[in-house]
Amino acid sequence: MNAPVASPYTLPVTEAKAMRHIISILLENEPGALSRVAGLFSARGYNIESLTVAPTEDASLSRMTIVTTGSDDVIEQITKQLNKLIEVVKLVDLSEAPHIERELMLIKVRATGKDREEMKRMADIFRGRILDVTETTYTIELTGTGSKLDAFIEALDKAAILETVRTGASGIARGERVLRV
Amino acid sequence: MDSGTNGTKLVAPELTGAEIVIRCLEAEGVEYVFGYPGGAVLFIYDELFKQDKVKHVLVRHEQGATHAADAYSRASDKVGVCLVTSGPGVTNAVTGIATAYMDSIPMVVISGQVPTHAIGLDAFQECDTVGITRPCVKHNFLVKDVRDVAATIKKAFHIARTGRPGPVVVDIPKDVTTARCRFEYPESIAMRSYNPTVKGHPGQIKKAAQLILDAKRPMVYTGGGVILSDASVQLKRLVKMLGYPCTNTLMGLGGYPATDPQFLGMLGMHGTYQANMAMQHCDVLLAIGARFDDRVIGNPAHFGSVPRKIVHVDIDPSSISKRVKVDVPIVGNVREVLDELVKLLDGQTGKIDQRALKAWWAQIDLWRAKDCLRYDRAAMIIKPQFVIEKLYEATGGDAIVTSDVGQHQMWAAQFYKFDKPRRWINSGGLGTMGFGLPAAMGAQFANPGATVACVTGEASFMMCMQELSTCKQYRLPIKIVNLNNRYMGMVRQWQQFFHGNRYSESYMDALPDFVKLAESFGHVGMRIEKPTDVEPALREALKRKDDLVFLDFITDQAENVYPMVPGGKGISEMILAEDL
Repeated sequence: MNAPVASPYTLPVTEAKAMRHIISILLENEPGALSRVAGLFSARGYNIESLTVAPTEDASLSRMTIVTTGSDDVIEQITKQLNKLIEVVKLVDLSEAPHIERELMLIKVRATGKDREEMKRMADIFRGRILDVTETTYTIELTGTGSKLDAFIEALDKAAILETVRTGASGIARGERVLRV
Repeated sequence: MDSGTNGTKLVAPELTGAEIVIRCLEAEGVEYVFGYPGGAVLFIYDELFKQDKVKHVLVRHEQGATHAADAYSRASDKVGVCLVTSGPGVTNAVTGIATAYMDSIPMVVISGQVPTHAIGLDAFQECDTVGITRPCVKHNFLVKDVRDVAATIKKAFHIARTGRPGPVVVDIPKDVTTARCRFEYPESIAMRSYNPTVKGHPGQIKKAAQLILDAKRPMVYTGGGVILSDASVQLKRLVKMLGYPCTNTLMGLGGYPATDPQFLGMLGMHGTYQANMAMQHCDVLLAIGARFDDRVIGNPAHFGSVPRKIVHVDIDPSSISKRVKVDVPIVGNVREVLDELVKLLDGQTGKIDQRALKAWWAQIDLWRAKDCLRYDRAAMIIKPQFVIEKLYEATGGDAIVTSDVGQHQMWAAQFYKFDKPRRWINSGGLGTMGFGLPAAMGAQFANPGATVACVTGEASFMMCMQELSTCKQYRLPIKIVNLNNRYMGMVRQWQQFFHGNRYSESYMDALPDFVKLAESFGHVGMRIEKPTDVEPALREALKRKDDLVFLDFITDQAENVYPMVPGGKGISEMILAEDL
């Protein structure tokens, strides 16, 4: 009858499957608002896969996109706890409905000899743009879903990759649904 | 500013930031500020000095200021206010802020900060107040412009007292307290990002009412939310009209009258047998302003192994379905929701299955017959439970009782029968040793004529005993009931049960002579060693209406708190005194 629980502080391990969720938040563009959100995730042991934030067309508001993973219960707690933050105006779990998500990557690759042409071809296939060229390198801009960016990295020779920088996902709902005040 | 119709300009006066702080407190109707001065708040203290509407209580350590302000709020329903300086002033206050946060107590802490130009330069007595307090406040602010002081303080009070209450910190740099601007205290505040739900959803309340009426084995379980929303009248009406059993959490004691036959006592880790059994075996549970925490339901998997329908009323949506899945969630202010429920159920109670209810009460009476709180009343040494029983009798059950944390706290909760709310003041969530004495000060300030007793243990007491000096300065006639067992009793109890009697560092060696200690602060001290002396000593202490009396009861070292739900067990898996 007893589930094996080590201490009253240990919640029973839920076997519910952790799913990836993308949460969009409108919050007051105030100093400290970001640290409140980040602090909440670390204090309560939630995962953050990525977090992006920037002011919106209304400078008093910031729009944040958080990619996280968790069971339904955990995601419910995350959204409730986020809503409790005084600076959070509105939020939506984009993954509940059709949505678009995009991430930007800048990647610097070795482009010498016969690889130089190959790199150019790869960038074209993935609809990347070459932003900067030197005699030995290309810097490529690539936009897409996280998995597309992953796929591009996979397609390259590891040794050719000099540097990557990714923004993390931004998301928006499809169709008429909007997140605004 | 506005121009009057006759063309004269009505201009608000220009004040310094420090003046504005005091004027805001005045506008909020703040009677007492608990605090301790220091460099960063000197200008605010200067303004305090120049007026007499807002009274200042000088504590001896900032932790005492926060606990006193917190208990002032718990014992009144007003917002507690403290004022501390930057750096160590704030870090000392953190324990008290976290205590208030865990128990959802409305409090505003105003802290000084180094001047804005020095922030971030590791200035003397600088700390990142907003950063340090962020995880243990409902909200906090750093005010960098004197023009924001009034609106920020208005917001702070608004946030502290509305929704699920909690502490709010307002950090004010020193140069902001000297800068000037026009002062007008905003009459109201609108925040697009903060609008807590107050009214419960009518459809959900209707569903709840139906479940409640259909119950065969009902149980009402209520917590601190009933106290915080001043809903004890509504709760009593509801429970009385239904004829259902009711239990309170540690934070909820006094929410339902403890001497009423429908009250089953406190539930949880040290709850009564009948309350825990009824909680486990009910078929419909009405949870009101409580949060199913680990000390209440023990192992949630064990609790969830029995099917039952749960209605959960709470103002904080994140408290609902956090540890236990519920069937009918109702987000709203407890008092408003109870009002609606009572209205809906009025005249419907004929639908209750009285036969089933009678059988359920018969079962509960069997559990009650275990008499789980009994102890050896014939003992030759003082039993701690006996002291609390006598305290209850001597005070006519009408004292405000504060406590520290540990065994004495549990005995006070079990044996002092609280019939009214805001009479039982303890650190339930954070479990802060050292809370009791400063809390008694705050409670006494909120209720000048009332009997305030601080039930404590020698270990807890010594964590904030410097406040004896504050008690002398303000002539606070607190009765300190020290259950002195020369151990950190609760630690010792766990070590006895779960660590093979290895009493690692839980023995209190080199204790002071508490009688002399009390006397050295100008108070009255009494040492009581025989059971027959307990009641006379308490009566003598209560007769001394103007004195703080420290009653040092030398109690049984080996006594344990029963019943006990061991960590990780279900609440029906209690250790009872007879099991050992």
